[in-house]
Amino acid sequence: MSELMQFLLSGVTVGAVYALVALGFTIIYNASDVVNFAQGEFVMLGGMITFFAHQAGLPLPLAALIAIAVTSLVGIALNKLAIEPARGAPVVSLIIITIGASILIRGVTQLVFDKQIHSYPAFSGDDPIHVLGATILPQSLWVIAGALLVFIALWIFFSKTLMGKAILATSNNRIAAQLVGINTNLVMTFSFALSAAIGALAGVLVTPITLVSYDVGIALALKGFAAAMLGGMGNPKGALFGGLILGLLEALTAGYLSSQYKDATAFIVILAVLFFMPQGLFGKKSTERV
Amino acid sequence: MKLSSKQITLLILTVLIALSPFFFPSGYYYRIGALIFVNGIAVTGIVILTGYAGQISLGHAGFAGIGGYACALAPVHWGIHPGLAIFLGAAISALLAYLVGRPILRLKGYYLGVASLGMGILISMVLTNERWLTKGPDGIEVPELGLRALLKDMGLNLTNGEFWYAFSGICLIIAAWLALNLYTSPTGRALRALHGSEIAARTVGIDVARAKLQAFVISAVFASVSGSLLALQNKFVSPDIAGYMHSIEMVTMAVLGGAGSVLGAIFGAGILTLLPQALTVFAEYEQLMLGLVMILVMIFMPQGLLPSILRKFRGGKRE
Repeated sequence: MSELMQFLLSGVTVGAVYALVALGFTIIYNASDVVNFAQGEFVMLGGMITFFAHQAGLPLPLAALIAIAVTSLVGIALNKLAIEPARGAPVVSLIIITIGASILIRGVTQLVFDKQIHSYPAFSGDDPIHVLGATILPQSLWVIAGALLVFIALWIFFSKTLMGKAILATSNNRIAAQLVGINTNLVMTFSFALSAAIGALAGVLVTPITLVSYDVGIALALKGFAAAMLGGMGNPKGALFGGLILGLLEALTAGYLSSQYKDATAFIVILAVLFFMPQGLFGKKSTERV
Repeated sequence: MKLSSKQITLLILTVLIALSPFFFPSGYYYRIGALIFVNGIAVTGIVILTGYAGQISLGHAGFAGIGGYACALAPVHWGIHPGLAIFLGAAISALLAYLVGRPILRLKGYYLGVASLGMGILISMVLTNERWLTKGPDGIEVPELGLRALLKDMGLNLTNGEFWYAFSGICLIIAAWLALNLYTSPTGRALRALHGSEIAARTVGIDVARAKLQAFVISAVFASVSGSLLALQNKFVSPDIAGYMHSIEMVTMAVLGGAGSVLGAIFGAGILTLLPQALTVFAEYEQLMLGLVMILVMIFMPQGLLPSILRKFRGGKRE
């Protein structure tokens, strides 16, 4: 029993990170129909920049804020320099552009910083908390609380603020949104900044547990993507649940089946979702206009 | 007599392959040439999938892995000749592409990209973890093809480099010939139609899902053969052959040179194979350069390098 509890707790922790990455995918996908393969690099940048800012002598909270701000700028640059100039390009080109961006960000990070694995101290100590015979690190609670807060904030943002509604309008119909006076370019730029900030926050929160190096982004992007697809591409609630379910599946696979193949879970989930329910758990069946 | 563009492409390719050795300063260049040709075969498959049909695969290295490991494992475990193992690998790749592609190619957009990516990573995971079969991440030896010894008995004595240069060069010409013939065949026309507009293609009676599936299966076979030749040439194969970065390289080679044209894509394979050799001093910049090239080409030359250069020569005339 305590064993199962332990797997569940670690599953929820990783799942919360996947949920944050999936939320990032969702926001960009909604605003621009682009699947951003560089989403994992935002998480990596969050962790890396925080580490190096902290090492340079800044207090951890300030380092984290800098990391989130810089990563948001990277997100804006990605949109302005690579996505906007390719407006109207076929899906294949957009996939190649965002994959190119992810490789480029990785390459630059490796040059500016280094290729080592890094970590910084947990926010509130390393003393494990005992829950029903299992233990959880205080940092895990930070991660889970962070994911929930982001989700609630996004929910308020999309339902109460003008910018949130503008993003939803743009995702529904770009031309119609433009006609009612929404600056869709601004909406896209903002959604890239927001996604990058959320990704960076995930990196800031999780680095004390999982460590960070320049090349952790690919795996995170793929898993976040699997989570987003599982929940239903473009659906924030789906992203949250998809992330948590994927994290739990992975922890249970590692615990009961094979730790070598725990990373395979995400890809089996992707293939299974595509085979059996391409709209995902929370997705709506959509028809396409000709 | 006026040559068709297919004949011109094959002629240019054959002349380049046949004449290049006269300019080689050392035997090392045969090896680079052979590598370009082997990559060129995989990239020709990407042309069929991406250039003709407008679909993207991010897991084609998985098929190269199957081809490579077929040549390593089949001779040892079942006594199959390495030459026949190439066909075995191709058959397994085709079957897998069919099974994965059939349900997914009914969907549009990102789905094939993501599904193939998942499949490719699963393949490389199996190759890495099943040590009892594949010897794990360190890789495994691949037996000799034996063709060079056969040629020697017939009185044609080639060095290893010369043999692989010639052999993979001939295979590349065959691959290009197949792809070019496909282009003008009914299947090729169906593929190009759905590239333009899936809905329009459907209205004129093309079975869109079936056409896409054909392209996916054919391109998987090309990648598999490329993987087999790479493994046989190196006499060694490791799970890296099936890695995500190898898949990305294949796609980048094709779009860099021009995914719409066989010659362009092979040109792209040449550039991206040569670049790391030329940049060994700047090894740290390799990823940065690769990423930058992908973005810039997609924004400024969506047709790829070669078609863009040719257009310049023709005085900006649109094809």
